[in-house]
Amino acid sequence: MEAYQVLQGPEGYLPPAAAMHGITLGETGQALIEGRLVKKEEAVGHIAKKLLEATTPTFFPGPLLLWKTTSYALERGKLIREIAAEVNAKVIPMPDYRPKYPMINPEVEINPNHPNLTIWFNKIDVGVFIGVHCHQANLALKIIRGGTGCYTVALCAEEGHEEANTSLRETDNDTLRELLAAIKDLRKKGA
Amino acid sequence: MSLAITKINPAFTDVMPQEYLDLVADGPFGTNKSAKDLGLFKELIEDHPLCAGCNLAMAFRTLISSLPAPEDTVIVGSTGCNSLVFPQLAIHNVHSLFGNQNAVATGLKRGLKLRFPDKNKDVVVMAGDGATADIGFDMTLHSWIRGEKITTVMFDNELYANTGGQESGMTQFGTVRNMAPTGKKFQKIQVTEFAKLAGCVYVAKLSTANTAKIGQCLRNAVLVAREIGPTYIQIYTPCSTNLKIKPADSVALAKKRVKDDYAFEEYMTAEAEQLLVASGAIKPKKQKDQADKA
Repeated sequence: MEAYQVLQGPEGYLPPAAAMHGITLGETGQALIEGRLVKKEEAVGHIAKKLLEATTPTFFPGPLLLWKTTSYALERGKLIREIAAEVNAKVIPMPDYRPKYPMINPEVEINPNHPNLTIWFNKIDVGVFIGVHCHQANLALKIIRGGTGCYTVALCAEEGHEEANTSLRETDNDTLRELLAAIKDLRKKGA
Repeated sequence: MSLAITKINPAFTDVMPQEYLDLVADGPFGTNKSAKDLGLFKELIEDHPLCAGCNLAMAFRTLISSLPAPEDTVIVGSTGCNSLVFPQLAIHNVHSLFGNQNAVATGLKRGLKLRFPDKNKDVVVMAGDGATADIGFDMTLHSWIRGEKITTVMFDNELYANTGGQESGMTQFGTVRNMAPTGKKFQKIQVTEFAKLAGCVYVAKLSTANTAKIGQCLRNAVLVAREIGPTYIQIYTPCSTNLKIKPADSVALAKKRVKDDYAFEEYMTAEAEQLLVASGAIKPKKQKDQADKA
């Protein structure tokens, strides 16, 4: 039997949970690319390439990052904006997890319960999640994989997300600096 | 939780939706706003999918705007019309399994006490009469008997509104309802009396005809629950859809019921009264009587 791949959607309504197909999160220093365990450095380079190739790359900062709770979040916020500017990406916030149905304004926000609306409305082809609580992130990632053609990236501060097409774990500010450097490097090489 | 959580990370202020900018700038967090300030601040609930003339919505709005510390409050809801409002609410809330709301609130309150031993964390249950007095009555009663420091609010519309108007334990004797075509066969449950017997230290019964009092009662109940023990508020919230009356007539019905059998009642233990007087929430009894006469 071939190994399950967490590929770009749309996989169809209610896609199978990646964990049920044996996708695991790996250990410190590892990351996931489409369900395959790789070294973190490889995944950072892959994310940089995906962001540079995208037509409408978008960052989705979540509540852990949007609200001024720690100096750590302040520093991380600046780094995210720097990376977004470097790849000319949109920034669409996920301020909380209220479904807000049917009032969600997909032009200015995204929520984990109807993330596909925002993806469709803005024609987003690469979406990067950061600062979203893990249980809500997995929900959003699965809906996006099921119903849209968006390539998802999770920059998780905890153990990562098997539902994302590419997922880093234990993402700290240094990792974000590595990502920024990788983008600049690829750009220099003509990407 | 600190008020820092209601401040936006400056790196993202420019992309935050207007609603959140307004909540931070003009919301009720840390400002001690109350129902009498309605219209003068950004409310925590501004849209809801409930029917025109819904008295529950009116009570809900007043209650939410009267929370003494919304940034440190968690609301626990249950199945019912009110559960359709919770998703739109801009403070922490939990939807429990039908009837489990007071059990969930108990765990939450105890957990918050362990996690934040030096802070007041208010847990307020808001549920309908079906969840409070029928399906969840065991959970409700036992949380009171255990002396859990939570506030329970019942929206009493005397029927199961969101399933089409079937009779509930709170329906009046003899009333014809769906599933009770020949009239209800037993008396309305006297939940306020149960509350007193089970150890609630503050109990209030009122209706949407007493809008001004709803906010004050909630504040009293939350302040007393913080320090002493369980508190209970029962609000008559007629459902114009299932009673098949014009939406505009629902408040008139609430007023009529105040005259008939739903007059304002307030009970508190001596300890609760002492606390409320000391905190300035109410006047001492003598002074109050004089003020009422004047």
